Amino acid sequence: MTMPTTASGNRGLQLEQGLIFELNTPGMTAVDLPTAPKVTERLGDMKNSQAIGLPGLSEPDVVRHYTRLSQKNYSIDSGFYPLGSCTMKHNPRLNEKMARLPGFADIHPFQPVSTVLGALELIDTCAAWLKDLTGMAAVAMSPAAGAHGELCGLMCIKSAHEANGQSHRKTILVPESAHGTNPATAALCGYAVEAIPANAEGRVDVAALKAHLRPEIAAVMITNPNTCGLFERDCIDIAKAVHDAGAYFYMDGANYNAIVGRLRIADLGVDAMHINLHKTFSTPHGGGGPGAGPTVLSAKLAPFAPVPMVVKVGERYDAEEHAGFGAAKQSYGRMKGYHGQFGVFVRAVSYMMAMGIDGLRQASGDAVLNANYLLARLSEELTPAFDGPCMHEAVFDDRFLKGTGVTTLDIAKALIDEGVHPPTMYFPLVVHGALLMEPTETESKATLDGFIESLLHLARKAKSGTAEADFKAAPMYSPRRRLDETKAARKPILRWLPPADGNGAKQAAE
Amino acid sequence: MSQTRFTKDHEWIKVDGNVGTVGITEFAQGQLGDIVFVEVPPAGKAVKAGGEAAVVESVKAASEVYSPVSGTVKEGNSALPDAPETVNSDPRGKGWFFKIELSDVKELDGLMDQAAYDKFVAELS
Repeated sequence: MTMPTTASGNRGLQLEQGLIFELNTPGMTAVDLPTAPKVTERLGDMKNSQAIGLPGLSEPDVVRHYTRLSQKNYSIDSGFYPLGSCTMKHNPRLNEKMARLPGFADIHPFQPVSTVLGALELIDTCAAWLKDLTGMAAVAMSPAAGAHGELCGLMCIKSAHEANGQSHRKTILVPESAHGTNPATAALCGYAVEAIPANAEGRVDVAALKAHLRPEIAAVMITNPNTCGLFERDCIDIAKAVHDAGAYFYMDGANYNAIVGRLRIADLGVDAMHINLHKTFSTPHGGGGPGAGPTVLSAKLAPFAPVPMVVKVGERYDAEEHAGFGAAKQSYGRMKGYHGQFGVFVRAVSYMMAMGIDGLRQASGDAVLNANYLLARLSEELTPAFDGPCMHEAVFDDRFLKGTGVTTLDIAKALIDEGVHPPTMYFPLVVHGALLMEPTETESKATLDGFIESLLHLARKAKSGTAEADFKAAPMYSPRRRLDETKAARKPILRWLPPADGNGAKQAAE
Repeated sequence: MSQTRFTKDHEWIKVDGNVGTVGITEFAQGQLGDIVFVEVPPAGKAVKAGGEAAVVESVKAASEVYSPVSGTVKEGNSALPDAPETVNSDPRGKGWFFKIELSDVKELDGLMDQAAYDKFVAELS
């Protein structure tokens, strides 16, 4: 069926919207300003030589522009969002109410400590929960996101090695299936990276890891549950071997939501782990923020934690701002301007208090149950990458598409037409043509069943061998059809330029 | 006389005397999909067999290109960064990554010849 074209370019209530610069009507403005009085020019050569290029629009035009853009957004509040590893779950509105309390929302980092004691207490409360849940000795609250938390952990490890005369340790071991941030963080800290292969089960090959341990190894970074959605069962054994070799054990806590309330990280022998508060403890996130990556530390690494840190002097809260003093005597210094993502702390504490330890334990259990439900029912037509059961994520490879001409990418695009945000594709890299799905604990069985029906329908359609062209044409119903991702990566147009001949703007917007 | 050898990481090396030209195989480019970014090593860079030598990025994944042998880079393919699609269209020809002066020609003995590599790839799919 061919859709009729419209004169406006709009499709019903799906409205076309140009860039705000293309909507420019010179001189149009939301407010009438009086003519500027004539004054003596005092800027000399520094005065503006040309217009600064701000678009002219009326207030209703600006309101419509941004409202229309917001309507093109797909979010967890509009539908199912099984993007793997991202933990796109419902964010309770109670958190938002708490974060908007004036005592939390209207404070400034430069206020005197005596006027923000409640805020410091909240940071300490959040820290106390995290230490309690993980069994770890300390927590650095300031890292702004997961990868920033990794950096915090590795900088503590580096500081500890330097303090102990172990500066010759210059290599970090990272499994092949790791998040890309792990080797990137290690490289940023000046370490070389060696990859540890996975075994056929999708877990770290412990024998290979042990074979790599030697006096140059500074630390091992392992994600648990790992990016294949599987629990790393050998952590205690790994931790012992790592410690015996004089190295530290960093755990990537991106998937902590699958085990929270079920085990204490400290019992696994972990030295440092970041916690993605925004994921596990429910702050609206995506598109780059906001996140928070507090990093829990073992007693051996705790002395090196970054400033600023909240301390308690008698019964009164205070902030230690400077490395080299008091509780921060051996601190490696400051990695963020202030105390961290305070608004995320408020939401996390609100969530933890509302859920309670028993509620958090049930949440991780339900997340794992939901993922296993997807794994079991989708196995009817799709091919699971590993034997189940899985943890909070289900991973499929593309064997079920073999010979159909349809690829993982085509399935993802067709899912957009079904009204679902596609799962993560082609990651983890160790799985061929991977589809990585994380349903989270907050989706109902009815929602999961709807998603399963869509995906089973697409799998059967692909296998019928008659629908390849349909798949290549997907998505049909989105505001834009399939984008040329290759061209976008090879020849990106990163900024709008004013048209030289009146036609340039159109081209730049495509 | 030149000889071509292959690694399990899907690099090829074509050797004349003690100078080899390195690239990735047809199978590798097919698995990666549309290649959008390539970084080649500078001349003079010392590399070890199995060590990282170049970077290749596609719409699906970013990956290292490992040097099949130890030695010193003589030249990186300067045309590739501006035309990464060449790796897709001509992986065994114009899509070469770098030329290397081998420090130990005997290392080639540990690599696969065309027949062994074809068998290796057939077992993967």
